[in-house]
Amino acid sequence: MTDAKSQSFAPPPVVWRKAELLAILSETPRVKTLWLRVPGWPGHRPGQHVDVRLTAEDGYQAERSYSLASAPERELPGRENVALTIERLGDGEVSPYLTEQVRPGDRIELRGPIGGYFTWAAEDGGPLALVAGGTGVVPLMSMLRHRARLAHPAPAWLLYSSRSFAEIIYREELEGLAEKGDRTHVLHTLTRSAPPGWMGLRGRIDREMLATRIPPAAARPLCFVCGPTQMVETAASALVDLGHDPARVKTERFGPTGA
Amino acid sequence: MSDLISRGFRGKRRPAEPGRVPPGQYETRDFPVLSAGPTPRVSLADWDFRLTGNLDRERRWTWEEFRALPREKITRDIHCVTKWSKLDTEWEGVSVETLLEGVQTSAEYVLAFCDGGYTTNLPLADLADGKAWVVDTYEAEPLPPEHGGPARLLVPHLYFWKSAKWVRGLRLVDEDEPGFWEALGYHHYGDPWREQRYWND
Repeated sequence: MTDAKSQSFAPPPVVWRKAELLAILSETPRVKTLWLRVPGWPGHRPGQHVDVRLTAEDGYQAERSYSLASAPERELPGRENVALTIERLGDGEVSPYLTEQVRPGDRIELRGPIGGYFTWAAEDGGPLALVAGGTGVVPLMSMLRHRARLAHPAPAWLLYSSRSFAEIIYREELEGLAEKGDRTHVLHTLTRSAPPGWMGLRGRIDREMLATRIPPAAARPLCFVCGPTQMVETAASALVDLGHDPARVKTERFGPTGA
Repeated sequence: MSDLISRGFRGKRRPAEPGRVPPGQYETRDFPVLSAGPTPRVSLADWDFRLTGNLDRERRWTWEEFRALPREKITRDIHCVTKWSKLDTEWEGVSVETLLEGVQTSAEYVLAFCDGGYTTNLPLADLADGKAWVVDTYEAEPLPPEHGGPARLLVPHLYFWKSAKWVRGLRLVDEDEPGFWEALGYHHYGDPWREQRYWND
């Protein structure tokens, strides 16, 4: 492994592991969470992802990347369990299989954790300003779950854009976090439709929301922005306009790549 | 090859020309955007491209000087480590070979450096012989900022994170040192045909 010699740290080898599907939770009409037991799982940091590989009977394979939704806490008995939250894409190749065809007991190959920049650890501190569009909330949820498990003192804001009320992922769990009184602030905005009496924000995440709904640049929040390309581009650029240090604005683009 | 069959999985098997899409990749017709932070801003008046490090003397081109260098049109397939490949992408720019003309160096490696602080490492040999370019034009239009404009590196025979966006220069170095993603567990070389995605691949 001469490649690893000059690395500043040696991450665990990224090898394919055969995971067992334990449970499937329905999050929204198009989004499911898969709980998997991954023998030998080395643990992860919130924000990291895995590669999933499917193999057809004739050997044809397809690989995709999915963010880890679970907190990294590894106490027994769930030590090797991880959760992936996956949106079914209409023209997708892998996501329709993972959201509609698999059932508990199936085995799925995955490897990871992967990615070390779009991550949050306790020592990174806060405040946390998390900005999500759609399934972009998944790696941010791993951060919020980790923070809650640690009872970490850094206050956290989540500004989260969904198409409609029914498409908000983790809605009840987020409500629970916000009501705990541990300085978790959850702000939803709905872009396409809202139920009667909706008290939250409307429309796409824009500069005005970022200026007024999350801590200002002077508070030096750690910003994590994750979602579809255009949303991330708009939000990250607005944050820089508002005076946030570009080095404290981390981004990850999500979603369909078309074709 | 895996011995684990995914029950009932057939896949879409998008028709791709044989030999053009590396293992584990799929073809897309979009141009996805991936970057770790906000798109940096630089005015062309402040932009320059530099060769630094272990060489006889530093070289520097302003935007106007860079634009006046001999240019090439390039059509290549590109492969992103996040699994997408895009075929027949069309670029215009300056061959790194042109930039290295007359340079005397014993360096064997290069660290490309960029606005926003991004870096990536490559063997110098992979930038020579017309295998790499600094491009400022995509599909006959100025390269959009989110895709790396005003100029990015184009090294299509390696995974696309090596084709550093917002590139501002090359540092010639004697020892291979990991760049941004390489220090975070990605492969030091990144050959898509050998599926060198992560450090131990």
